Amino acid sequence: MRNASRWLNAHLWLVYAFLYLPILVLMGLSFNRGGMPTAWTGFSTAWYGSLAASPQIVSSAVNTLIVAAVSTVIATALGTLLALGVERRRQSSALDALLFAPMIIPDIVLAIALLSFYTLLGFTLGLHSIILSHVVFNIAFVCAIVRTRLKHFDYSVVEASIDLGASDFTTFRRVTLPMIWPGVLAGAMLAFTLSVDEFIIAFFTAGPGESSTTLPMRIYAMIRFGVTPEINAMATIVMLFSFTLVLASQRIGRGVVTGP
Amino acid sequence: MSAGPVMALERVSRRFGRVTAVDGVSLDLAEGEFFALLGPSGCGKTTLLRILAGFETPDEGRVMLDGRDITGLRANRRPVNLMFQSYALFPHMTVRANVAYGLEMERLPSAEIERRTGEILELTELTEMANRRPDQLSGGQRQRVALARALVKRPRVLLLDEPLAALDRKLRGQMQLELKRLQHEVGLTFVVVTHDQEEALVMSDRLALMEGGRIAQTGGPRELYEKPASRFVAGFIGVSNFFEGRGAPGGLATAAHGLLRANGEAVPGRAAAIMVRPERIVLAAEKPADCNGALGEIADIAYHGNDLNLHVAIAGAERAVIARIGAADDAASRWRPGQKVWCCWRPEHGRLLTE
Repeated sequence: MRNASRWLNAHLWLVYAFLYLPILVLMGLSFNRGGMPTAWTGFSTAWYGSLAASPQIVSSAVNTLIVAAVSTVIATALGTLLALGVERRRQSSALDALLFAPMIIPDIVLAIALLSFYTLLGFTLGLHSIILSHVVFNIAFVCAIVRTRLKHFDYSVVEASIDLGASDFTTFRRVTLPMIWPGVLAGAMLAFTLSVDEFIIAFFTAGPGESSTTLPMRIYAMIRFGVTPEINAMATIVMLFSFTLVLASQRIGRGVVTGP
Repeated sequence: MSAGPVMALERVSRRFGRVTAVDGVSLDLAEGEFFALLGPSGCGKTTLLRILAGFETPDEGRVMLDGRDITGLRANRRPVNLMFQSYALFPHMTVRANVAYGLEMERLPSAEIERRTGEILELTELTEMANRRPDQLSGGQRQRVALARALVKRPRVLLLDEPLAALDRKLRGQMQLELKRLQHEVGLTFVVVTHDQEEALVMSDRLALMEGGRIAQTGGPRELYEKPASRFVAGFIGVSNFFEGRGAPGGLATAAHGLLRANGEAVPGRAAAIMVRPERIVLAAEKPADCNGALGEIADIAYHGNDLNLHVAIAGAERAVIARIGAADDAASRWRPGQKVWCCWRPEHGRLLTE
């Protein structure tokens, strides 16, 4: 028994190493003064400084934040309302499948579909088309998370609020929303994270030129000339940012399972 | 106030698909009365309550409040409040905020909200828990918060959906009287939905027994218990003994026991039954001179602490006749299973039922 658990333990750590060693190496190299991936020449934060000094990188970082923030707000609002609507209907597995689909469809398929659709409509591409595309898949994620919260929702509190004289809107603002808030927040954080590091769909639906280049697109463009230490630094920042958000979203989301 | 009913239903029906939940019900609620809607599950009493509250719109009929037609008025516009069976407290608010919520919706000045909230918390003995959240309260306390939240609105009619169902048995008994005391104190009209006949009898001034979407009988507790209009009413409220037969001049003709007498009339020749309550059955070892009843054999004696239920098997009766005698009664210890016994009743204590 003890032996078996030791082996399982070793296996666990191996898997963790397999998953995180490359990332740790990348993080380490972002602080390597010489910048060469082959030799450690001392600790330095110079590469982070040169990131901030590059107007192209700063502007694409700003673009990414705009896309993530706007698409998160829209997707969270729409996804939450969608979840409320779906949960009040009769259970339908066909409807559920359609709602889950955008989470499972390969990004490349969604990207091509969206691009064709925009072209068909004669839509000008730019930051707004990326935002719209991110809203598409983010709605599905937000909806799924909010729905888990709603599974334990006692709808009689909504009726109680109306019975006490509240309008539908007041009931939503003062009763429903505060009660599902942890789910909404967790959904929003996940949506933001997904949007920040999304590449394929953004790449397909971006407009020409610098004005709609996002950070992942910028990294992709830079990497064609080899992995530079700046890229390591940028990847580290993006990674830590996403990691924090996901962790926070899980933290908040935990309330989703245990209920109020 | 006018002498008319506070609230009234006029031939109200509500259908869900093919099911008729409420079927042509008319009902008057008098000012300040404690009214109970009693019935088995699925009889339509909850739907009726939701029609009164404004959560269901009747397909036919009218809902009147103080003589005004409010059929189309939504729940948030009616001066009627509902206490939910699940209590439906707002889990993210304190007790005080829960209670104040309804007053805030009326946009009252904050000083008045504070005063009235304080008063009602005092009345329901919740002042010390005002800053707790619902999940930090016991079941009984939660029930009082739900009550306070509805009472503070001073509704014309307060509706209570199975208000005591979630409490344990002992607490339920206390709360029955507590609810009645509160109702008396605030002087509001209460309508309680319950499936528990004892609860309805103890608490209400008047009650309506429902069956299959219709009202089987309306009246005072004593009236429904002593003068049930049908076998359903007699069977649902309290324990009843039935003697089957056919209507005959002066009573009921039975094959096994001859002519039995009781209150009421039956069409001669038509199937009918006499209902007698267990406590109205008088037992005798020797046939009394003028016994209106039947001879049987004691099958079983059930001891209930304060009284005994004697189950007497009688020829021609499907179910044993139940006779109740006080445990303190001298006769109580005399009876033994297997003993022959006469079960008699005074004609005015029996009730002749035709349906």
